[in-house]
Amino acid sequence: MNLDFSDDQKYLQEEARKFFDKENTLKSSRNILENKLHTDECLWKKVVDLGWTGITIAEEYDGLGLGHLELCVLAEEMGRVLAPIPFSSSVYLFTEAINKFASDEIKKDILPKLVSGEIVGTIAVTEELHAPTSKNITTTVKNNIVSGTKIAVPDAKIATHSIVVAKSDNGIDLRLIDHSLDGICINHTNSVDESRGHFSMSIENVPTLLIGEEDNGWECYERLVDQAAVLFSFEQLGGAQASMEMALSYAKERYAFGRQIGSFQAIKHKLADMYISITLAKSNSYYAAWALSTESPDLPIASATARVSSTKAFQFCSKENIQTHGGNGFTWEYDCHLFYRRSKLLSVNLGSISNWKNRLVTGLEKSNVS
Amino acid sequence: MDFNDTKEQAEFRKKCRDWLEANASLKSEKANNSNFENNDYLQSAKDWQKKKFDAGWAMLHWPKEYGGIAASPIERIIWNSEEAKFDVPRGIYDIGLGMCGPVMMQYATQEQKERYLPTMAEGKEIWCQLFSEPSAGSDVAGLRTKAEQKGDKWIINGQKVWTSGAHYSDYGILVVRHDPNLPKHKGMTFFFVDMKSPGIDIRPIKQITGGSSFNEVYFNDVEIPDTQRLGEIGDGWKVAITTLMNERLAVGDANGADVNEAFKWAKGQDGIGGKLIENMAARESIADWYCEANGLKNTKLRTMSALSKGDTPGPEASITKIVSANKLQSIGNFGMDSLDMAGMLQTDDSNIHDFQSAWLGSPGLRIAGGTDEILRNIIAERVLGLPEDQRVDKGVPYKDIPSGK
Repeated sequence: MNLDFSDDQKYLQEEARKFFDKENTLKSSRNILENKLHTDECLWKKVVDLGWTGITIAEEYDGLGLGHLELCVLAEEMGRVLAPIPFSSSVYLFTEAINKFASDEIKKDILPKLVSGEIVGTIAVTEELHAPTSKNITTTVKNNIVSGTKIAVPDAKIATHSIVVAKSDNGIDLRLIDHSLDGICINHTNSVDESRGHFSMSIENVPTLLIGEEDNGWECYERLVDQAAVLFSFEQLGGAQASMEMALSYAKERYAFGRQIGSFQAIKHKLADMYISITLAKSNSYYAAWALSTESPDLPIASATARVSSTKAFQFCSKENIQTHGGNGFTWEYDCHLFYRRSKLLSVNLGSISNWKNRLVTGLEKSNVS
Repeated sequence: MDFNDTKEQAEFRKKCRDWLEANASLKSEKANNSNFENNDYLQSAKDWQKKKFDAGWAMLHWPKEYGGIAASPIERIIWNSEEAKFDVPRGIYDIGLGMCGPVMMQYATQEQKERYLPTMAEGKEIWCQLFSEPSAGSDVAGLRTKAEQKGDKWIINGQKVWTSGAHYSDYGILVVRHDPNLPKHKGMTFFFVDMKSPGIDIRPIKQITGGSSFNEVYFNDVEIPDTQRLGEIGDGWKVAITTLMNERLAVGDANGADVNEAFKWAKGQDGIGGKLIENMAARESIADWYCEANGLKNTKLRTMSALSKGDTPGPEASITKIVSANKLQSIGNFGMDSLDMAGMLQTDDSNIHDFQSAWLGSPGLRIAGGTDEILRNIIAERVLGLPEDQRVDKGVPYKDIPSGK
């Protein structure tokens, strides 16, 4: 029985925490947000140099050849400091898509460049002001040529490539697009969390490569999302923990009515509830990490369980962190709002909580366990 | 990460399993509703405990001289998880073996330990816990049952309440006030008492469920020899705290209808315009309970992982009762609501019965063994390190503390 990370994985996590502290990452996140710089390119380069973009890429493609558990501990640390880098887009989604579904030829071309940082990827799915489904995608692909418009594409500016979800003759394709080609126009869109840039992408008659099976792209996308949800959960868990720690230290140092506000039960119970939500999220994320790393058939249910729990934890902790800070929490100057913003970004990227709850119950219906 | 036993653990599990298979039968689909008023249940619990004792399974982690095998925490967990799969009468000994035993182990004389611990493990003698009083619930230290020393005896007068199993218990552990002039935490002393002593009057409490699992226990000039004092005079609170720590370990998951029952029910139950499971609100609730149920299960696995490695587990298990008791209440509510007006009716349908039991029983679980509010205080203070609440009764002689009516 061992539902815990190994000593090596814990060591990697500690090193990551030290690294992000040294880099003053939370401060950088604020800077990116305030100046709409989209990405901390300097930090990104250092992350690439540490080899972290190649964690799950095999050694034959210049990667570190480690597993998803290492990625989980890194995700938690990035969530903790709101790292303003395209790690989730490029590593959890784009890299995994190539790793899992691309032909050997594409792998040989792309994977080493993901390791070296020459290529940065993202995924372009959303098109309208509602959730994308296999039925409502209008971006089309015909004879490998893609046309359409995507919105809310994270990190599209620093990304050199993206996976585009497009409607094919008989279904959905995942298509690899090179951003340097003619016909692609990428524009920044203001968003609620500017510590990560979001963009619209218009694609006009651009040649693309197929990733995975033809017409079967939606199923591939769903499998990708099942995997990525585990890593998102760890980012959310890290963010929730950082929010609780902020609230905790403020509750100890702030005095009102002649005493520390943390000595009042109203504040204590709020913090206890944060701890409860984090403990549930952490335990479910650990189980999902196991399911991800062993490619367990339980992954769809495990990842949805982790995802729902972590979304709840980060949303709850970040909003109650503001509340614990009182008026200070509502100021631009305090960092509370940075966590509040990121909690919303992470909760809608990959689909909102009610979609995930539905997905979880659908998973239960499909499995014969219950 | 893996969920496998080590070689030693697997061997131990097999040993447990082999013995259980030879001596009990696996649980049937329908849960066995325990009934503490039922003499047959009491007798079968005693028989089962004796059977375990004779084979060395009764108190695994206890030292050999008291009937244990000095098992490791992980072996204890393995035994418990295997025993839980079998249809055996459990529950009656939880308080005695989980709370009274450890206190006796720590504070009784050698002679007393030899006299009382093996009979406790064997199940021959049942023990109960006498702490709560009508005016001392969450604030147990506010208790007022009086102890006066007379020579080598103490005379006890007062009333205890919420005593599980007092009516079938042979002994009890008792905390009382020996000096109301001292501040409240300093004026208490701890004893164990023969429940058949003259002057003890036990009356069942009728609960909102209609059942009676608890009692009021009245003490009228009850004599306890000073040799049955546990700890020094005035150490009552210190000893009680040891016991309460064990209670928090003993009170865990709220048993009853869980997410699987709610899910199965929703698949079969008609809702408005289709099966209940097609209703988005129902789906969201089921997802929430699934996350909570599995969050607790996986938290337990993390605790076991630490024990399995020989590490001390973190404080994560402290969330168990708050989460599970509230989940139980909400599932009971869901099940009854899903029947619309018919949800009020008591029928023979076991599903409906389970939802109603959950709904009526869960308020008690949110209170017993530390209310939701006290448990949140404990998490905040002991786990998160927040300052203690500021109190008006600190350092004040007990008799001067405002007590209302």
